[in-house]
Amino acid sequence: MCAAENILEKHSFDIEGGNFSNAGTVSTKIKSILKQKNLPDDVVRRSAIVCYEAEINIVSYAKKGVISLTIRPNSVQIEADDEGPGIPNIELAMQQGYSTANQQIREMGFGAGMGLHNIKTYSDIFDISSEVDKGTFLKMTIHTQPAKD
Amino acid sequence: MKLREVKELLNADVIAGEEKLDMEVKTAFGADLMSDVLAFAKAGSMLLTGLTNTQVVRIANVLDIAAIIIVRGKKLPAETVELAKELHIPVLSTKFILFETAGRLYAQGIVGCLEKVEK
Ligand SMILES: Nc1ncnc2c1ncn2[C@@H]1O[C@H](COP(=O)(O)OP(=O)(O)OP(=O)(O)O)[C@@H](O)[C@H]1O
Ligand SMILES: [Mg+2]
Repeated sequence: MCAAENILEKHSFDIEGGNFSNAGTVSTKIKSILKQKNLPDDVVRRSAIVCYEAEINIVSYAKKGVISLTIRPNSVQIEADDEGPGIPNIELAMQQGYSTANQQIREMGFGAGMGLHNIKTYSDIFDISSEVDKGTFLKMTIHTQPAKD
Repeated sequence: MKLREVKELLNADVIAGEEKLDMEVKTAFGADLMSDVLAFAKAGSMLLTGLTNTQVVRIANVLDIAAIIIVRGKKLPAETVELAKELHIPVLSTKFILFETAGRLYAQGIVGCLEKVEK
């Protein structure tokens, strides 16, 4: 089965690194789009959480990025693609408590090193790849209906 | 308990969401660390916090938080109030500290949205 065939909807949003006053606006938009689709509350909420964590990470650590939302009959997919420093050690970054957040990020209440782990918890499928000095790519899939067989 | 009773119990000001005071609430989560709010707070709970930046409202929206209770009498920036109104999230502000706020609510039957973390 070719997943590209049955895309119902796709939306992409640009994210500006370092722009904390706009941080979170894309997640708010994506959540309101999903809310109108009659999806289960839990699917909407989990999609919004993984999107928000990814968005805050782009604003906090990257130069710029794009978050896209793809809706298929059985799934919601959020992709976060950024240009930035990348993550040298993904395994370490995934650990709860590991953070390189600066003072500004911490003052806003972030930087506890929970985000990537939280994304993994709330996604049904989570892929992460990164190249140092290039950027980071996250793909989160949330099933909207139980998978058939 | 109704949000209106929460307001009275905490002698709180209603900053946003006057129209939602008849909403029923049963559980709460309290923290100033937004990373932990994202990891642990459950849908339909109240969020007790001393942080007042706009991200508190964005997070409440993402998590389906029922209401935000600002503790320690912190003043809210105008943009936070505006966003709460736009996203229809009730915000109350109380002078009680986080510990007192939680204790007063707990004594009246509000419990944590989770009792403890796993492991
Ligand atoms: N998009 C990214 N580009 C570069 N580095 C990143 C990116 N996302 C995460 N990191 C690195 O991985 C670390 C862990 O990220 P994670 O989201 O788990 O925690 P945090 O952002 O530090 O804190 P929290 O998410 O709890 O507020 C970050 O501190 C940062 O060093
Ligand atoms: Mg993070």
